[in-house]
Amino acid sequence: MNELLLLMKNELMVTAIIFLLLFIKVGKGMSNDRLLPLVQTLLLANLVLGCFFNQEGSLFGNMYHTTPLIALQKSILGLGVYLISLVCSDWLKKTEHLAEFFLLMLSALLGMYLLISGGNLLIFYLSLELATIPVAAMANFDLDKKRSSEGAMKLILSSAFSSGILLFGISLIYGITGTISFSELPQLADGSSLFIMAFIFLFSALAFKLSIVPFHLWTADVYEGAPVPVTAFLSVVSKGAVAFVLMTVLYKVFQPIESTWYLLVVILSVASMLIGNLFAVRQQNIKRFLAFSSIAQVGFILVGVSSGDIGSSTAVVYFVLVYLFSNLAAFGVATVIAAYSGKENINDYKGLYQTNPFLSWVMALALFSLAGIPPTAGFFGKLFLLTAGGSKGSYIYLLIAALNMIISLYYYLRVVRAMFMDKNETPVPAIQTGASAKLGLIICGIGIVLTGMMGWIYDYIQSLH
Amino acid sequence: MMEPGLYHILFISAALFFIGIYGFFTRRNLITMLMSTELILNSVNLNFIAFNKYLWPGKMDGLFFTVFVIAIAAAEAAVGIAIIINLYRSHQSIDVASAEDLKY
Repeated sequence: MNELLLLMKNELMVTAIIFLLLFIKVGKGMSNDRLLPLVQTLLLANLVLGCFFNQEGSLFGNMYHTTPLIALQKSILGLGVYLISLVCSDWLKKTEHLAEFFLLMLSALLGMYLLISGGNLLIFYLSLELATIPVAAMANFDLDKKRSSEGAMKLILSSAFSSGILLFGISLIYGITGTISFSELPQLADGSSLFIMAFIFLFSALAFKLSIVPFHLWTADVYEGAPVPVTAFLSVVSKGAVAFVLMTVLYKVFQPIESTWYLLVVILSVASMLIGNLFAVRQQNIKRFLAFSSIAQVGFILVGVSSGDIGSSTAVVYFVLVYLFSNLAAFGVATVIAAYSGKENINDYKGLYQTNPFLSWVMALALFSLAGIPPTAGFFGKLFLLTAGGSKGSYIYLLIAALNMIISLYYYLRVVRAMFMDKNETPVPAIQTGASAKLGLIICGIGIVLTGMMGWIYDYIQSLH
Repeated sequence: MMEPGLYHILFISAALFFIGIYGFFTRRNLITMLMSTELILNSVNLNFIAFNKYLWPGKMDGLFFTVFVIAIAAAEAAVGIAIIINLYRSHQSIDVASAEDLKY
């Protein structure tokens, strides 16, 4: 009993928050001004709790498995949700159904926690669905906006389709090996053509969730249609969770067919980087722009994933942390501007520096970090990813990745130029950012600068392996 | 009368799977697209049960998986239909072609 409490503390804490919100909702209810600080405090408590008493162990006959590294990954995701609740607080305060919003978001977070810890294809499938279905409902949160329901429709249909493909792959794996447990699968995998086909089915479902290139078509539409906090959640937290579980699946379960998946990962990552970058160049809407930029970033994550040693999983965890700070800062600024002026086009950002210097600096820092310009953490994140990817000696692959970083500079700096240098007769008026949104943006900014400077973070992640 | 074997059932389930995929890509009505995904899920259920019966009768994982797949499919359809109803309220149609504000 004690062991259960200790190993599953993150999941139990999130479940407790979900039930508390449910009781508040069913009972008297609470005004947004009181409920939002309460939820923020609880999420912070969850984050702090995740830092202590982490040990290795498994429960329920190896269906649930946790290690200090997995606990760290969960803390990163928890940090993401906490920061979203801070930076998007201006939007959240205005929404009519705040309690439901957090109910859905925390259910999805619970699904992601179980996804990372799952030791069995059944748990893997169930938690992947728990991490997806609430997000589709969240994407439709602007009930009276046409675009919101269109985006949600695209998300639920494509995720239902991809989970069908995932299940077909799992059923083939069960047919070949007779087991669905992660620990038994590597010994029983025979590497036959049918097994490789089953692997490709399973991989394509994960690629749908990560929006890797041939499976990325839903991404931009959903990101544009959904409210900004949901977009931030989709692009940071849910992507991070799937990236973590992708490493578990590839390195542990499909270890016997490593040469096959290496080729697949290389091809898909080159395609993601190229197409993400080329499409990002022509976008006008800031959310679509960030959607294509996140597709390109996933391509870089795959560069790190491809080599499959300790260095690569360290680099991926580190990069997800950096990416979380940078992307949430960018989305945070976009939310603040959308909540107060309703403007979402890059052209509307022209001359932003004259009226809102703080927001412009945070956005510029975030975009520099996403582009990978040296003093920011994004540079170190990409450096470690490429170093890890280079350990197999395919230098042409690294060259393509490096060239893609140059292309990405063009469109990231285009936004910076619009904010700082372009003249505009009617810029966005000066915005009084709320205190918690400001706090969230400052945390993101500090994270972007300091995560890169402090080398011990990387060493710490490596020591957990 | 020939007893149906594993291959017969696998043939049916593979056919059902690809009919589902074909329907998903060709139909323009949202409800029918949702129904096509249900076909895919049902083909998976057939697969699991056939593998369980013919190949791994001692390992009940396949049967359990089927039960969970049915439950999750219901949840997915519930959320999907809720979204489609909301889409109908704003667009007055459940044709895919009517929902095309977001492109490129």
